[in-house]
Amino acid sequence: MTINGTRITFRMTPFRLVLIGFSVIFLGIVAYRLVNGLQMTNLTDAWPWGLWIFIDVKLGVALAAGGFTTAGIYYVLGVKKVKSVVKPAILTAWLGYCLVGFGLLMDLGRWYGWWHPIFSWGEHSVMFELYMCVLLYTIVLTCEFAPVLFKGLGMQKISSFFTRLTAPLVIGGIALSTMHQSSLGSMYVLTLGKLNELWWTMLLPILYYSSAVAVGPAMVTCETALAGRFFRHDWDAPAMTFLAKWSGYVMTFYAVLRIADLTIRGQLSALFALDTVSLMCLLELVVGCLLPLFFFWSCKLRGREMTKTMIVRNAVLMVLGVALNRGNVVFTGMAEAAGTGYFPSMAELFLSLGLISAGILLYLFIVENFDVFPAHDRQAATSAS
Amino acid sequence: MSKGVLVDMTKCFGCGACTVACKLWNEKKYDEVNKPTVGEAAQLVDINWTVVSKHDVTDGNGDAAWRFAKKQCLHCVDPACASSCLVGALRRTPEGPVVYHPDLCVGCRYCMVACPFNIPKYEWDKSFPKVSKCQMCFTRVVAGEQPACIAVCPNQVMQFGDRDALVREAHRRIADNGQLYVNHVFGETEVGGTAWLYLSDQPFDRLGFKTSVPQESLPAYTWQILSKLPAILLGWTAILSGIYFINKRRNGAAEGKQDTTGGPQA
Repeated sequence: MTINGTRITFRMTPFRLVLIGFSVIFLGIVAYRLVNGLQMTNLTDAWPWGLWIFIDVKLGVALAAGGFTTAGIYYVLGVKKVKSVVKPAILTAWLGYCLVGFGLLMDLGRWYGWWHPIFSWGEHSVMFELYMCVLLYTIVLTCEFAPVLFKGLGMQKISSFFTRLTAPLVIGGIALSTMHQSSLGSMYVLTLGKLNELWWTMLLPILYYSSAVAVGPAMVTCETALAGRFFRHDWDAPAMTFLAKWSGYVMTFYAVLRIADLTIRGQLSALFALDTVSLMCLLELVVGCLLPLFFFWSCKLRGREMTKTMIVRNAVLMVLGVALNRGNVVFTGMAEAAGTGYFPSMAELFLSLGLISAGILLYLFIVENFDVFPAHDRQAATSAS
Repeated sequence: MSKGVLVDMTKCFGCGACTVACKLWNEKKYDEVNKPTVGEAAQLVDINWTVVSKHDVTDGNGDAAWRFAKKQCLHCVDPACASSCLVGALRRTPEGPVVYHPDLCVGCRYCMVACPFNIPKYEWDKSFPKVSKCQMCFTRVVAGEQPACIAVCPNQVMQFGDRDALVREAHRRIADNGQLYVNHVFGETEVGGTAWLYLSDQPFDRLGFKTSVPQESLPAYTWQILSKLPAILLGWTAILSGIYFINKRRNGAAEGKQDTTGGPQA
């Protein structure tokens, strides 16, 4: 079988063997879980949501925000210099959402009924809106990436059919993403009285949305840096500088809103109470907002361009910050209401690890066989093997 | 007419007959060793839809005393669990009970996260678990009967009736016997009101009641956000489309032709 006129390749490396190992374990756990239910998890009545909801859903969706943000920057705002990152970003978002969907399916106690929401609408539920948007957006992403897949398989007509749909797909994708990225925050509005007030606010949807819009390009930056090192691509400085600025400005908006919200709600004393909860919140703010924004603005105000190192460092900090934020809402902020502790079981850890491993393997297979990166780079990728 | 139950905890002596009636009527298993229904360790779990918890307190004379509190789902007037359910598997009936429909449930457990009283429990040891909570014997209530637990109580601790009338009755009892009762009807305003109402001679937090809950309906908060979404969706799509067409025209003019490359996808 050939893709793009060349034979299918999949280079085997020790790293990939490890990933394959994790993926095999993952398949075993999945089979066991589908038959035996959630007994293998450490979830309890006090902790109905755990690692899978945090990593596979909350964090997965936030970090896959690179798809709609870069697509929007390129197609809607017409910023042509980010061209090189759009296709890889859509690919990682597409794979990300497939993983999110699978992770969520694993978490559903009665998983065989996953299609129920399509027919039985709980229109007052944020979860319903989230479900619908994620479902539709996964379809949208599949269509957005379809041109690359069909072109690779030699089906030029189908490929150009999907290419013609690009504009409505991108705009629809942004609208759907706006809805469900914010919904991940709105979901916790219902936990008034349970979620710690350092995180509970009516601004949760806006905070979640703006942090996703900031972290999406940051995640794309991290991925580009990794892929560039692995496949020996050139660093596309204009594109990366633009994304760094984008993330810097949006994260500034987020940080100002977050601090203002804490101040207005009189939570500053709780923020500096220096107990576990306050320290986790401070860590989140320092890593995700203060440090990257300090680096960003000190460059900006001196009129200097950010170097590659600074751009990547900032992106990593923002990704960590958003991970801490989502984790704090799911775990730290809910701990007092739960009354007991939670630590994921081995099965939970290895299922998440295996899911991510499978995702990376799929990504590697697709970028090595399809035209995801610019053509000359793909040559380099195959010759590097 | 919306039904309710008024529980007078000063009358309860902790026999646990209500918990037995509940298990019999709802066909729930017994596991008194690991999941007791009466006493200090009594806890609502998947097989315990109602329990009677025992609490050591100090009575009006300053002496050590026991108090018993019957616990079960409080059946909120505007339930967070029902609003959280993405398939409508939890619904409040016009008669008052908040009822679970397992055939619809997909098992996302958002109801457990959403419930301000941490009432819904889960059958963690089952392959295809159900959410588990008191149904307020809704088949009995719809037929005009009182829930099973109330029917068997030997000391008339609970009174079943129209919620509005029970609220008035509770305040009448407090007014008639101000020395005995704490001047609060738990459930009258908690999270916007619950079908189950409680009277006590002890502060409610000492009997294991969650007194820190908000005093207004929780789904109203979510609805403030959700109700705006259709307008935001339409407006945002229109704005994005506008920006797209302006940029397309501008790029086309700059290059002297329409951009037909279709971007990096082509």
